[in-house]
Amino acid sequence: MNVYHVELKEITKRFSGFIANDHINLSVKRGEIHSLLGENGAGKTTLMKILLGLYSADEGSLWIDGKEVHITNPRIAFQLGIGMVHQHFMLVNNLSVLENIILGQEPGNVSLDMKKSYKIVQELSTKYNFALDLNAKVEDLSVGMKQRVEILKILYRGADIIILDEPTAVLTPQEADKLMKILHDMKQQGKTIIFITHKLNETMEVADRITVLRNGKNVITVNKEDTTPEELAKFMVGRDICFTIEKSKKKRGKPILSIENVKLLPQASDTVSLSVHEGEIVGIAGVEGNGQRELEEIILGLRKYKNGTISLLGVNINSMTTKVRKDLGIGYIPSDRHKRAMLSNFTIADNYLLGYHFRAPFSSKGILKKREVEKHSKDMIECFQIKVSGLHQSIGSLSGGNQQKVIVSREVSQNPHLIIAAQPTRGLDIGAIEYIHNQLLRLRDEGKAILLISAELTEILKLSDRIGVLYKGELMELKETDEYAEGEIGLLMAGRKAGIGTNG
Amino acid sequence: MEQLSSILTGDFILLTLRLAIPIILAAIGETFCERSGVMNLGIEGMMLIGALSGVLGSFFSGEPWVGVVFAIIVGAGIGFIYALLCVRYKADQVVCGIGLNMLSLGFTTAMVHAVWNRDGMSGTVAQVENVSIPILKNIPLLGRLFEKQSPFLYLTLIIVAASWYFMYKTKIGLRLRAIGDHPQAAESVGINVTRYRYASVILCGILASIAGAYLSIVQNNLFVQNMVAGRGFMAIAANIFGGWNPVGSFLASLVFAFAQALRLNLADLNIPDQFIQMLPYGLTLIVLVGVAKKAKGPEALGKI
Repeated sequence: MNVYHVELKEITKRFSGFIANDHINLSVKRGEIHSLLGENGAGKTTLMKILLGLYSADEGSLWIDGKEVHITNPRIAFQLGIGMVHQHFMLVNNLSVLENIILGQEPGNVSLDMKKSYKIVQELSTKYNFALDLNAKVEDLSVGMKQRVEILKILYRGADIIILDEPTAVLTPQEADKLMKILHDMKQQGKTIIFITHKLNETMEVADRITVLRNGKNVITVNKEDTTPEELAKFMVGRDICFTIEKSKKKRGKPILSIENVKLLPQASDTVSLSVHEGEIVGIAGVEGNGQRELEEIILGLRKYKNGTISLLGVNINSMTTKVRKDLGIGYIPSDRHKRAMLSNFTIADNYLLGYHFRAPFSSKGILKKREVEKHSKDMIECFQIKVSGLHQSIGSLSGGNQQKVIVSREVSQNPHLIIAAQPTRGLDIGAIEYIHNQLLRLRDEGKAILLISAELTEILKLSDRIGVLYKGELMELKETDEYAEGEIGLLMAGRKAGIGTNG
Repeated sequence: MEQLSSILTGDFILLTLRLAIPIILAAIGETFCERSGVMNLGIEGMMLIGALSGVLGSFFSGEPWVGVVFAIIVGAGIGFIYALLCVRYKADQVVCGIGLNMLSLGFTTAMVHAVWNRDGMSGTVAQVENVSIPILKNIPLLGRLFEKQSPFLYLTLIIVAASWYFMYKTKIGLRLRAIGDHPQAAESVGINVTRYRYASVILCGILASIAGAYLSIVQNNLFVQNMVAGRGFMAIAANIFGGWNPVGSFLASLVFAFAQALRLNLADLNIPDQFIQMLPYGLTLIVLVGVAKKAKGPEALGKI
């Protein structure tokens, strides 16, 4: 019996103007974890939406267990045992975990049978080691736990083909590890898992087989054992990708930013002091939630701090507002792109104006000069190779990578001395990541001071001249990148200094 | 002091309950409506039309219960139209609600003129009689609750209990709560959100209409122009104050009714009448400013 559990044959889907899926084939074996790899816009999500009955294919056929099926709506997909964990969770915040899971398929006739529900769901939860409190309200859960609720919801509905759309995009590294473990457990129980992602390391970690899509077309399907991350990256992007970059060794110049004795988190027992010099990138590593957000916001004056001093170019900026700080020469790439860096419904041109609307040449005497703004936006779009259909397109309609390019180009266009780049590549695909990295290195070589705050350790290691590690609001260490021993940063991120606490 | 002690009597409690009935009914209607994600600021207008419908039904048939039934039918119809506007055509709910209030005021006034050829007040019609419940009325203390009271008092209490059970103990109730917070999530598990919204808004129309009919053919025996006098807005406030929970709405309505009852009882006290008249409305305002800011309603309320 060599019948595939799920087979998509020659699937073609056209949207007005472009082909999202061009004769794509995908075969998934029962009980395997199959990674669907590709950059944003490669057609992964479209393909899965076809399998889920949310879109209908223009051409091609779907086969489950060797039988052709016609999935015209999500209900049919449900009945065939297909379930999907969406990128944006479909959970009701004010209801309990249990209520969310049984919603729509509640045990009992008219009245809710909560006892029975609890028993059924608890059994499932234990079976897969979910460790969820079923009576907790969903709004009180961490993102990782919410995701587990979503998975449990699908399992409760009897799915045995489980699709996960970029599941780790929103997770912290530990939560991602936990998810990998759960995927593994589900595989052991015979579930078939389709894992949509653009991250190579997780693909290599968890997948049995990998199908790569590029520009809506099949590139290849391979066994994990037969490939390498470098090869996969090449398949995804269509050209060679550099994983390591040669950095020119430069002497660092005078200090631009210095932070002295600032307390990041109320529970931290020690304060943080660090400085960033001309022509260097200082990377701040650490698991999210250890004071990174506080650090970026304190430097920008978005968050109040009681003690310590922050100075820029030797000037104490403690009492200055965010606007004055930015005017002194800080470019800011915030970690929360949607909340802090852009207005989704505004046009690209207006977003270029954001924060600089009072400056010449964009305005004079309080009147905006639209023409100047448009000219500037056009220059930036050209210079940074941003894919847009027009200046008056809303920024929210761009892909994440292009949104970030707009933000980065805006923040560096005013020639700042210091750039705070917080999680600058979160959620971006490989091509965009490479681009942003090259930009940061270019700025460094131009002599800018860059503070890079990132949860991606590979990014920190690749770009930084010096690396600091944050743990519970304290700076565990700060030294030259090549002074770190192998694995030392990982230990520091977990709060352990070399030589002490080795019993853990 | 003497004045105060005379207030807190059995009579006063019964008066509060009676005054609370229309607010409770409308507030529970509003709760259902908002739980489905539809805001209904037009509940005042729905009540007014219900009040007129009750009088019309009673006037043409001579039988007050026919008036009640007629009010229910008209209420369902108004609810359906409101749902059509807000759910089907996704009209702005604030505009629709306020529009409905204005329309109702004009429409009812015009109707009174057309039917009775009088301004501001209809002719008198047959009224729903009070009832006494045998045996229960002989219980000491509590017995008064069952003696010569409006059947609507019992009906209202039953609706409160049934609504609570429905909302928190049934499948449909769970789904309704889910819809108000995250309609896409409800839809993704196969729930027909639109159908729930229609049903909720229509139910709200019915309850508001009964509340209006209570004012016109139970408490009174005629229709008076603008006789709802802000009770619809009190119901909206009670719904918020009560945390979008039928029992909460019930208790909050009692608070507002208490203020109304005070108004009636303090009339002969040495306080300028205007201030006393203001009491229930002032309280509504305070609740809306003070409590509503912190209250957490259905997350997707008003977004269709």
